[in-house]
Amino acid sequence: MKRTGVFICHCGINIAGTVDVKKAAKELAKHKGVVHSEEYVYMCSDPGQNLIIDAIKEKKLDNVVIACCSPTLHETTFRNAAKSAGINTFQCEIANIREQCSWVHKDMNKATDKAVKITKSAVERVRRNESLEPISVPVTRRALVIGGGIAGIQSALDLANSGFEVVLVERSPSIGGHMIQLSETFPTLDCSQCILTPKMVEVSKHPKIKLMTYSEVQEISGYVGNFKVKILKKPTYVDPDKCTLCDECSKVCPVVTSNEFDLGLTGRRAIYIPFPQAIPATYTLDIKSCPGLLPIACGKCADVCEPGAIDYDMKPKIVEEEVGAIIVATGYDLYDKENMAEYGYGKYADVLDGLQFERLCSASGPTMGKILRPSDHKEPKEVVFIQCVGSRDPELHCAYCSKICCMYTAKHAMLYKHHVHDGQAYIFYIDIRSGGKGYEEFVQRAVEEDGVLYLRGKVSKIFEEKGKIKVWGVDTLAGKDIEIDADMVVLATAMRPSQGAEELAKKLKIAMDKDGFLSEAHPKLRPVESVTSGMFLAGAAQAPKDIPEAVAQASGAAAKAISILSQDRLYHAPTVAKVNLNLCTGCGMCVEVCPYEALSLKDGKVEVNEVLCEGCGTCSATCLRAAIQVKNLTPLQVHEMISISLGG
Amino acid sequence: MAEVFEPKIVAFLCKWCSSAGSDLAGVSRMEYPPNVVPIQVMCSGSVSPLYILSAFNKGADGVLVSGCHPGDCHYIKGNFYARRRIALVKRLLEFIGLEPQRFQMSWVSAAEGTKYTQIIKDFVQELKPLGPQTKLRRDL
Repeated sequence: MKRTGVFICHCGINIAGTVDVKKAAKELAKHKGVVHSEEYVYMCSDPGQNLIIDAIKEKKLDNVVIACCSPTLHETTFRNAAKSAGINTFQCEIANIREQCSWVHKDMNKATDKAVKITKSAVERVRRNESLEPISVPVTRRALVIGGGIAGIQSALDLANSGFEVVLVERSPSIGGHMIQLSETFPTLDCSQCILTPKMVEVSKHPKIKLMTYSEVQEISGYVGNFKVKILKKPTYVDPDKCTLCDECSKVCPVVTSNEFDLGLTGRRAIYIPFPQAIPATYTLDIKSCPGLLPIACGKCADVCEPGAIDYDMKPKIVEEEVGAIIVATGYDLYDKENMAEYGYGKYADVLDGLQFERLCSASGPTMGKILRPSDHKEPKEVVFIQCVGSRDPELHCAYCSKICCMYTAKHAMLYKHHVHDGQAYIFYIDIRSGGKGYEEFVQRAVEEDGVLYLRGKVSKIFEEKGKIKVWGVDTLAGKDIEIDADMVVLATAMRPSQGAEELAKKLKIAMDKDGFLSEAHPKLRPVESVTSGMFLAGAAQAPKDIPEAVAQASGAAAKAISILSQDRLYHAPTVAKVNLNLCTGCGMCVEVCPYEALSLKDGKVEVNEVLCEGCGTCSATCLRAAIQVKNLTPLQVHEMISISLGG
Repeated sequence: MAEVFEPKIVAFLCKWCSSAGSDLAGVSRMEYPPNVVPIQVMCSGSVSPLYILSAFNKGADGVLVSGCHPGDCHYIKGNFYARRRIALVKRLLEFIGLEPQRFQMSWVSAAEGTKYTQIIKDFVQELKPLGPQTKLRRDL
């Protein structure tokens, strides 16, 4: 029979106030196998820990139970104390008699009775615990960053500048994300391109960064420290090393299609460069709009390409990479205007979304920085900005606040006034949320210096009438209906997780919240980690956020990734599944339910990959023959715990 | 005078949500009846139907399985398996004549101390009029 020691903590009066600790210690002393039972005022104090250490040594205890607060608090403390006395850390279990007993009950007899049951249950468990050592695995000291927007760029640079190799994957032809489309940024009115392009150039020149644009993550396997990634490199049909950016190809291309970079405000050719500062600086042939690669179909671009950079025979390539940590920075898309019935389903040319208006303001935009109506290229004199379009509307659209719209709408109105001095800007808002450094002052500046008119209320309908856009709204502060004959309307549509993020999250096995944003491991204390170890989140993929927040989170994610990549070896909890080969019939049911693909069939029996296994026990509950169980919480242990919990 | 019947309940709480939620009930000093003895498991998906039958067999008057909300499982999808499995166990128990109130499943997140407290209060209240569970008890 193993020799067990029980230590009951008073926690001042936190436990002793409701649980008769002396009586409990006496009860436990009578329990079979318990050779030592005592109580002390604060077990977690140094003298308290010494009591445990001394008792283990003097009474030759095989294992100990500490009845105290929740294991989330002092399990490590007591396990380390046990270890220093020479027994394995898994020979120490915690009985939670504070949060789950003394703090929630008043009747001392009943609480004591319950505390005794909880403690005895822990005794029964610890007696059957195996001594285990953490599982150690080597680390591949490279990282993968998915998404080449500002967050991905920042993470990649931080990692690379710390000396780690980075693979940066971006699905579009250039990095830069949405930030490169912006005109100016709040609250400083910095030119967005001017502050982002230096970082983009740094990425392209960095010896530690392997940039893969026009590429998508196909498949991921492995585990923290050792992921294997398959990346699909789509063909651009242009050799970037030969391309001289002469633009002859796009001049002869007969196809005109909608330009994504200008959100459809302009057109582009089938062979194109997304924007002049694109990284990598090369052309891409968009096969979806190209008439065909056979010379008989067109072939004009290849004919005029002097350096011979165009290669119609380019094929999709799968590139395999091994990395130790992954940062997901897939960003956002705007909620489609087509969803907004009351605002015309996006069918009016002069009703723009926020990003389209950014392009109109941008010096490199379709109008070279002049704010003109897309319909007739006239300068709009009355512009209505509508906030919370699709945000904060749990019944019809998105329940959450998109966070950045209050600020960018103030910026838009301000920029409009800077371009059109005699124009009038109206902003319909529900609330103004301007938390952030310099943000409130920025909104005030829009009102006071630029004369932007804020109207508290919603717009019920907009429609075209005689070349104007009629806006019907209400000013809830004045209690009046408002009707404006606007020349242009700008909708601050909600931020949505970027298209394809859901599919990627499934490949990576990272969770999403109810709105489709990626879930962090803990909303307060682990905001940049995903629930899957070794995968981190950065930027708007996790929640709507502005540039400073995205950059901060990106650096945080990089630091977290570095904390893995800087290790020689990683350690993993050894409480993993174990197979009894005599009982296993190889039916494979456990293999199917395992959330981590840690189980596989080999020679007709199940095999556990101990590094992948997280010890959840779903396999154990599924097995019909009790052939697979999780170490230190085996069905036998649970059955004994049930018996004791019901009075023995 | 006969003593008031106090039901004995075993609660299987997943480590990441429900056990943390019950810890929060403690930290917030909420009060609920002491009839429940909690057993912390890693995931509600690890609760085998045998554990539930074993608890009734050993004299439990009620059994509670509580996990993370569907979609929030720490182990990605363990609670989906739990939900299916427990629905089946519930039907089985009803089929053999056990009062359906005796076996419950709940979703309690780490932030829902209040919800956990209410669940325990309600559970005890529902079990009291039923009296001791004898259907599956081994010593009767």
